[in-house]
Amino acid sequence: MKQFFAFVQKEFYHIFRDRRTMLILLAMPVVLIILFGFAITTEVNNVRLGVYAPSQDEMTRRITERFASNRYFEIVSIVKSRDQSDEIYRNNEADLVVVFEQDFQNNLMHTGSGAVQLIVDGSEPNTASLMQNYATSVLSQFQSEMTSTLPSRTGSFTIIPQVKLLYNPQMKSSYNFVPGVMGLILILICAMMTSISIVREKERGTMEVLLVSPMRPIGIILAKVVPYFCLSIVNVITILVLAVFVLGVPMAGSIFWIMILSLVYIFVALALGITISSLVDNQVGAMLASAMGLMMPVMVLSGMIFPIENMPAILQWLSTIIPARWYITGIKKIMIEGLPLEYFAKELLILCIMGAVLITVSLKLFKNRLE
Amino acid sequence: MNMENNIVIHTDKLTKKFGDFTAVDHISFDVAQGEIFGFLGANGAGKTTAMRMLCGLSKPTSGKGTVAGFDVYTQSEDIKKNIGYMSQKFSLYEDLKVWENIRLFGGIYGMNDKQIAEGTDRMLESLDFTQERDTLVKALPLGWKQKLAFSLAIFHHPKIVFLDEPTGGVDPATRRKFWELIYDAAEDGITVFVTTHYMDEAEYCNRVSIMVDGRIDALDSPSNLKKQYCADSMDEVFTKLARKAQRTGD
Repeated sequence: MKQFFAFVQKEFYHIFRDRRTMLILLAMPVVLIILFGFAITTEVNNVRLGVYAPSQDEMTRRITERFASNRYFEIVSIVKSRDQSDEIYRNNEADLVVVFEQDFQNNLMHTGSGAVQLIVDGSEPNTASLMQNYATSVLSQFQSEMTSTLPSRTGSFTIIPQVKLLYNPQMKSSYNFVPGVMGLILILICAMMTSISIVREKERGTMEVLLVSPMRPIGIILAKVVPYFCLSIVNVITILVLAVFVLGVPMAGSIFWIMILSLVYIFVALALGITISSLVDNQVGAMLASAMGLMMPVMVLSGMIFPIENMPAILQWLSTIIPARWYITGIKKIMIEGLPLEYFAKELLILCIMGAVLITVSLKLFKNRLE
Repeated sequence: MNMENNIVIHTDKLTKKFGDFTAVDHISFDVAQGEIFGFLGANGAGKTTAMRMLCGLSKPTSGKGTVAGFDVYTQSEDIKKNIGYMSQKFSLYEDLKVWENIRLFGGIYGMNDKQIAEGTDRMLESLDFTQERDTLVKALPLGWKQKLAFSLAIFHHPKIVFLDEPTGGVDPATRRKFWELIYDAAEDGITVFVTTHYMDEAEYCNRVSIMVDGRIDALDSPSNLKKQYCADSMDEVFTKLARKAQRTGD
């Protein structure tokens, strides 16, 4: 036991004395959370809005005010003619133009329906659909209020299909990124850093000396893994604290289960790191294997950035072998949707199985390499 | 020297095969306690494989072998406790301080805090390193690192120390100083098993074995070998033997 602690202590010295390692361990979670939370947001802010109302009446004015007071929109021009609305579009002065039909209020009062056209810049489909959603929700909100305040007028105001957003009514994108960032950082620290630190011993020749010593191979591996295990837990806590207090992500579910799921995932990632370290001979190789073999799939296939449902079948199938996919889905279910155990038991179970298989494989590979 | 009573390494037809390839081919020799035993051979002759078997890192295919009285097949854990090891890449952690390296290896070999503390003081004093106690190893000159690495390899008082080309890349003067440490260790009763490329070092050994194509082709004291092969230096002996090699080095 004493030799084990002497070794763990040495690992901590390695980590604390290497500025690059420290930077990755401490700054990475903070930077990624801030980046994904604020900068690389899929939320669209400050949509530049043009309004064209041929017949200036009370209804169009009230709807225009609604847009003006909405925090996503910024009215840049009140257009005087149809031609002018095309022009501000061409000059890239507006992202979205709301066009009311002629005699909007009259039509609404008498026939029960008024037409509103939303002209959206479709060059970026994602942004376009977001802007369209914002605008339709402003309209539908107005419409439902009108219906309730004016019950005598039985004519319905249904102009637009109602859009309802579940779980994330404000469509805040940082909610979805937090589990993704956790999945990414834990893979990075556990798998990449562990594999690099094991391979470094091989590269420098110190591994030989350790193997000739009375320390058992399994002891060497465990001692190398312990510090990264501790630091990963610190990182999980850091990310959660940042998410709740800086990004304002609600913590709908149980912290206990978030930690349990994270521990299982950390275990899977460490086993991946040990596997990589048995397959490559130098630090550059370990870095490349982790980056290409782990980080890329996590970013692309885990559903962190691109929704899994929209992928071609083959990629959907491929994504099932990515541990991060299950972890991120599980964390979303617990943290954002606040679901109880029965809903994420599948994810937990899959990760447990992956961990058991990987640790068996990695220890076998490590032993084979010694012979 | 009465060699029968205190044999620390004994091999009898020790063999290691990798598939069809016989890396080590029936080698038999004995090494006595306190002896400096040179283990020579060209690259690919099977030195490293033989040494790995003796260190308990790999199991022989056939033959017998005992190290420090323990069997190489079944008692590798006991062997590891009784040997020290130093390689060409000298085994120190560059980003640890001198005393941290010492404490780590003391800890790995199961020494207690008191033994480590006393041993550290004694070792640093004898190496004249006391003022470098808190220096990071990477700041030390190469010759100093090698001395430190050797002292660490024998820090836990092993019965045998294995040195795998310990003096690679240093000049002859530094090499001679390093060999003074080896002689000191041998006088303390530690058996030294050393592989080397440098023929001037071979002359320092009590006995030398020369491996060619996995077999031991010659085994005697340097002066006897020179007589036997009508050579002026070990270099010449080695060249004459190595010329017979069928395998090419890797």
